[in-house]
Amino acid sequence: MEHFIDIVLLGLLMITGFAIVRLRSLLAVTMLTSIYSLLSAALFVVLDAVDVALTEAAIGAGISTILMLATIAQTTDREKVPRHTPLLPLIVVITTGAALIYGTLDMPHYGDPDAPVHRHMAAAYLHDTPLEIGVPNVVTSVLASYRGYDTLGEVTVIFTAGIGVLALLGYHTRRQNIQPPGIKKIVVLRVIAKLFLPLILLFALYILFHGDYGPGGGFQAGVIFATGFILYALAFGLGNAQRLIPQRLLHGLAAAGVLIYAAVGIEGMLLGGKFLEYRVLADDPVTGQHLGIMLIELGVGITVAAVMLIIYFGFVSRQNSGDS
Amino acid sequence: MMALALDLLSWIFLLAGAAFLLIGAIGVLRFPDFYTRLHAVSVCDTMGAGLVLIGLMLQGGLSLVTVKLLLIFYFMMFTCPTAVHALAQAALQGKLKPVVDDRES
Repeated sequence: MEHFIDIVLLGLLMITGFAIVRLRSLLAVTMLTSIYSLLSAALFVVLDAVDVALTEAAIGAGISTILMLATIAQTTDREKVPRHTPLLPLIVVITTGAALIYGTLDMPHYGDPDAPVHRHMAAAYLHDTPLEIGVPNVVTSVLASYRGYDTLGEVTVIFTAGIGVLALLGYHTRRQNIQPPGIKKIVVLRVIAKLFLPLILLFALYILFHGDYGPGGGFQAGVIFATGFILYALAFGLGNAQRLIPQRLLHGLAAAGVLIYAAVGIEGMLLGGKFLEYRVLADDPVTGQHLGIMLIELGVGITVAAVMLIIYFGFVSRQNSGDS
Repeated sequence: MMALALDLLSWIFLLAGAAFLLIGAIGVLRFPDFYTRLHAVSVCDTMGAGLVLIGLMLQGGLSLVTVKLLLIFYFMMFTCPTAVHALAQAALQGKLKPVVDDRES
């Protein structure tokens, strides 16, 4: 049965991929990319990688679709027909693909229990997590504690991306409340947006602080948090949303998240441990781990939410100021 | 006996939901213009997904899973019609004319 679901999902992924390549309307391609992400998320659920599925659904199907739509709105929704023949790219792609497939032949079989990763790393993590960290979600313990350096790097990458967008696009605060003239008439949308905004934010907080026990964590929570405000901006206009979260606050928050993360690491050093060693944070090593994970997830969530909003506002506010 | 009846009821809901979703998909393919297609999606998706969720709730029994499914159900009942409504409004304001069959008038 599981194989059947796998095959159906992979088949749909392939069809979507071909459609994305064939279509020239970028609006349709954006929608298909969103579907592609949703299918991938379903595939991750089948593979029992619920944390990754949540990330893929929130980021791939959710916020990146919005960002791509914002980009299309200020450029064009038609892909140019290339003038050169597609022969050379085809040869390059086929050669690279063949080389990659050849490279995977030496890798252990899919689902092989004797694969090195299952015998050494995964076994160690599964064995040590209940003893050392005491959180039921091993993914969180690996991501936030054992691999804390990597995650600090990822948050820094996101922060840098936010700075890059800011440097390239700038940030235009709109005094007057600009929004497409028609959207004011859609009362239903505004009412539902008002009704669901608190629920979305509450759900984001649940994802953030429940990450130790269930699927979730700072990355997903940050994105969901940002989506709530983007929904507000869509329904009530950009000016109102920017008054709700001013530019300075966003800039500060984006930096504050990374700083919280790094500060937790340095606090560990001050208390006599190593950088990002959480067990010295409290008297009891397990409590210290809990505290450390909670704090760095908070930092990740704050930075991700702020950077997503910076990118969104950067794209959308530029669109409106372009014609002035 | 009770379990069997519950299982049966749940499967009736699941299959009915799947049938609704299938009808919706056929409608999207077969209907002539944007608005009628939207109609097919909206009615059948809300109904189909709702029935599937009810079927799954019966499978879940009295547990946390059912509560979560109930929340998803509640969420979908609000968001699906809203999304379709907004889409139709946007299409109307984008000056998309519905296809009208004027032979009968």
